[in-house]
Amino acid sequence: MSSILKKTYEWIDKRVQLETLVEFMGKKYVPVHRHSIWYYFGGVSLFLFIIQVVTGILLLLYYKGSEQLAFESIQFIMSKVQFGWLIRSIHSWAANLFILSAFIHMFSVFFERSYREPREITWITGMFMLFLGMGFGFSGYLLPWNELAFFATKVGTDIAGVLPFVGKPIMVFLRGGDEVTGATLSRFFGFHVAVLPGIFTVLLSIHLVLVQRQGMSEPMGMENVPASERKTMPFFPNFLLRDLLFWLIVLNVLAILAVFFPWELGKKADAFASAPAGIRPEWYFMFMFQTLKFIPAKVLFIDGEVLGVLLFGAAGLLWMIVPFWDRKSSRGEKSRLINYVGLFVVVYIIIFTTLGYVL
Amino acid sequence: MDGAGNMQSEKSKRDFLKYVLGGGLMAWVASVVYPLFAYLKPPKQAEVEVSSVKVGKLATIEKDSGTIVRFGNKPVILLRTSNGELRAFSATCTHLDCTVQYRKDLGVIWCACHNGKYDFNGKNIAGPPPRPLDEFRVVVQGEEVFISKNA
Repeated sequence: MSSILKKTYEWIDKRVQLETLVEFMGKKYVPVHRHSIWYYFGGVSLFLFIIQVVTGILLLLYYKGSEQLAFESIQFIMSKVQFGWLIRSIHSWAANLFILSAFIHMFSVFFERSYREPREITWITGMFMLFLGMGFGFSGYLLPWNELAFFATKVGTDIAGVLPFVGKPIMVFLRGGDEVTGATLSRFFGFHVAVLPGIFTVLLSIHLVLVQRQGMSEPMGMENVPASERKTMPFFPNFLLRDLLFWLIVLNVLAILAVFFPWELGKKADAFASAPAGIRPEWYFMFMFQTLKFIPAKVLFIDGEVLGVLLFGAAGLLWMIVPFWDRKSSRGEKSRLINYVGLFVVVYIIIFTTLGYVL
Repeated sequence: MDGAGNMQSEKSKRDFLKYVLGGGLMAWVASVVYPLFAYLKPPKQAEVEVSSVKVGKLATIEKDSGTIVRFGNKPVILLRTSNGELRAFSATCTHLDCTVQYRKDLGVIWCACHNGKYDFNGKNIAGPPPRPLDEFRVVVQGEEVFISKNA
């Protein structure tokens, strides 16, 4: 048996020179320090993404993306298909855990200033993937075609529509018309299963290649520690096994959530019903949603929601280009400002998310 | 032909080629991009032009209530006040497009999405809505209630 394996390995090695790859893996070391725990969240996000791809493909076998059939096809998946309820529940829960894990990953990178030179591209591709992740969440939310999703999509696309000049065309493009209809469902389905995964895969490849090429970022000030006192761990197998252990824990959490808190389907969307009381978006949009509730209809001469959208847009952009305005960190100096900005954003998101659920 | 003239004609030949190739490339890009963008823009669907809809018998509409009525492809809210008066407004919230409802307990038209409130005249009185709801006309002919567009 082992001779067959060996022969196969040699056959492939002769053609694609596996040796260099093995050598690279063998030489890869991961720094060990008191912030090492944060290294695992990128891997966890990757694991959850893989789960989404697999369960997403499984759902595609039964899902029908049309106004008349979408809701019914998910009812079918959940009640008739064996383990259909489990697959759908895992897909919904993993989506949420993915966003959570990506947020933790992002904030840890931010507070560690790991975005600093030379890892600007890694940071930016990561940020784009987070935005895409939210796009996955927003488009996937509509696919069951239930009441909550219908109004969430109305509000979400209408918010895009308030942008000056480009807003209206963007809104019509997203909705496939002036209103949220079956045409919107078809488009969102296409975005969710083809457009977004395609772009995401390209970004993910760049992100992962960069992480491999550049190695793990070390906390600031580590370069002052003498080499003899710096601890490392081989990537293969030590770090990889720890990674896998983390993935196993996440898989267990996911299974518990999916089994004991199955995702609800709600009521089928009806364009001629009032928005139900207690309507709210997914939790990761909540802080923005809650802010929009607080902004008055008019601030000076600007419409409240235009102001809200522009402010969040500007804040998001500033956040994304932090490697370029935080020159101090790239020079290896500690910048207090970054801590304050990061803390402000974390506290803001926590307060407004909480308000969204208690008010 | 002298050398300078030769170079001159070489240059103009080169320029000519540059314009033809550059122009050709641009025309090619436009002929690919334009149909793509045009394809992305959803075609205008012929909307059913509705000017009036029959809601039902007056006796079936409770006092102090609000119902959503289908008006073409738009929702309209029909209110009946406690003293029996009928009013109708567009049910589409002027804030972000949600569909409003009548809240008996608060005595207002209410939008669940962002807590917007309107009074019995459709006027925005609280929350984020920037303008009042569009009013529709309610006509009672015998026993039947009709809603029509405000002229």
